[in-house]
Amino acid sequence: MHGLVNRAIQRFVTDSYGAAQWRAATDRAGLGFSEFEAMWSYDDAITPRVLEAVCDVLDRGYDELLEDIGTYLVSHPGVEALRRLLRFSGVSFIEFLHSLDDLPDRARLAVSDLELPDIALREHAAGSYTLLVRGQLPGCGHLFMGVLRAMADDYGALAFLEHKGTEDGAEVVAVTLLETEFAEGRGFDLGARAG
Amino acid sequence: MSEQEACFGMLDVLCPMHVVVGPDGRIAHAGPTACKFWQEGDLRGRKFIEVFDIRRPRPVADGVELVALSGAKLHIRLRVPPHRELKGVAVAGPLPQHVTVNLSFGISVVDAIQDYDLTAADFAATDLTIEMLYLVEAKSAAMEASHQLNQRLQSAREAAEEQAVTDPLTGLNNRRAMDAVLAQYISAGRSFALMQIDLDFFKAVNDTFGHAAGDHVLLEVARIMMDETRAADTVARVGGDEFIILLHGDLDRDTTAQIAHRIISRMTTPIPFEGAICRISASIGSVQSTDYIRPTADQVLKDADEALYHSKRTGRERHTFFASLEPDRQSAQM
Repeated sequence: MHGLVNRAIQRFVTDSYGAAQWRAATDRAGLGFSEFEAMWSYDDAITPRVLEAVCDVLDRGYDELLEDIGTYLVSHPGVEALRRLLRFSGVSFIEFLHSLDDLPDRARLAVSDLELPDIALREHAAGSYTLLVRGQLPGCGHLFMGVLRAMADDYGALAFLEHKGTEDGAEVVAVTLLETEFAEGRGFDLGARAG
Repeated sequence: MSEQEACFGMLDVLCPMHVVVGPDGRIAHAGPTACKFWQEGDLRGRKFIEVFDIRRPRPVADGVELVALSGAKLHIRLRVPPHRELKGVAVAGPLPQHVTVNLSFGISVVDAIQDYDLTAADFAATDLTIEMLYLVEAKSAAMEASHQLNQRLQSAREAAEEQAVTDPLTGLNNRRAMDAVLAQYISAGRSFALMQIDLDFFKAVNDTFGHAAGDHVLLEVARIMMDETRAADTVARVGGDEFIILLHGDLDRDTTAQIAHRIISRMTTPIPFEGAICRISASIGSVQSTDYIRPTADQVLKDADEALYHSKRTGRERHTFFASLEPDRQSAQM
């Protein structure tokens, strides 16, 4: 798994629970190190092992941990760059949803060896969608649910999200968009640069 | 809706950064993004050349000359602050005797976004500007991460080099390793002999046949010294063509001298390299720890160097014991 993914998990745990808990998790996973390099590649087996160790150390369920990581990635001030990059995908939450199919390609344009889950959006009726997430990491549907929840907030939209389990190897997330202009949203200044 | 309004409406969607110049040379209509260039009021009614300075392919004085530039790529500078450079193209139409000039920011778009506080809605849906801004930002973030990684790797490399005990070319020990072993022998009170070896004529090999030949000679020399010593002895490259051999154990002088002579004799055998014959020899100066009451590293190294100097001065290709030098040539008490 790409270092960026592992690094994101590390930052989530250290920012939310402290460096000591992160070290406890990496010790428990038997990594032999506690700092992931964002631009290195790691063995795919490492990521689930680290996530399970984090669950044990924090005494939390795997699915809700992944959803929290997704939310953290978009809403935490320390990772503003990712939120900005996602906001380039569309001017409204609906446009953003429709651009999710492009997300793996967008990621590859930025970092050529970064492989994100394959995402397909199906629209059933106005405001009613399902998202099919197919990725290497178990529970990546939950992670995307966290991302979507935070992005809806960011755009000021009101959306209801529900994980519907797995179907033909893809995790299914139901998205019901109740209101597109529910709140003010955070705004997006094209010219600003994330620090 | 009049035909004129319909035309302008289409242009506003397809190319929101355009201006339409009428027969009088004044701006008849401006797209919503182009309107942002003139922040003091309405762009319409202003003379085109008062707002836009066409610099290439050539300056124009009025609308008629603008028609003549139809289809050409225009380099334009805004006459109002912040004087952004624009790219443009002019075409006749959409009304008779009108010229439409479509504009773009070109490479300065990143700055222009901030100047005019533009959003995604200011660009046509098919315009790739937003994708370009995404790429600029994504690549900058990725580059920054790589840059930080590189700096960390470089620091780690420097730290590793500082701790290294091996000479990268020959695989022999380096000065640091030799110093450590010598210090250990002395503090443990163990017996040893120390040889300081200098290659003769090595510079000539480098100068005549090049550095590849020089490197080949150094590898050969390293192999000879490893062959002629035991596994527990220490062979170190301590300079370009300078070596130190630390022989452990209580060797008598004859044995040390035999080893030295074997090394010299093998090194004087010509070394072929890619059709050339490299000829070197070696000068050696030695000390035995048993010559000292209480040896120190500085002293034995200095004395071995003195003996080496004597070998060189007396014609090279020879071995000298420091203890056999005339007493007045000996710089220290024995």
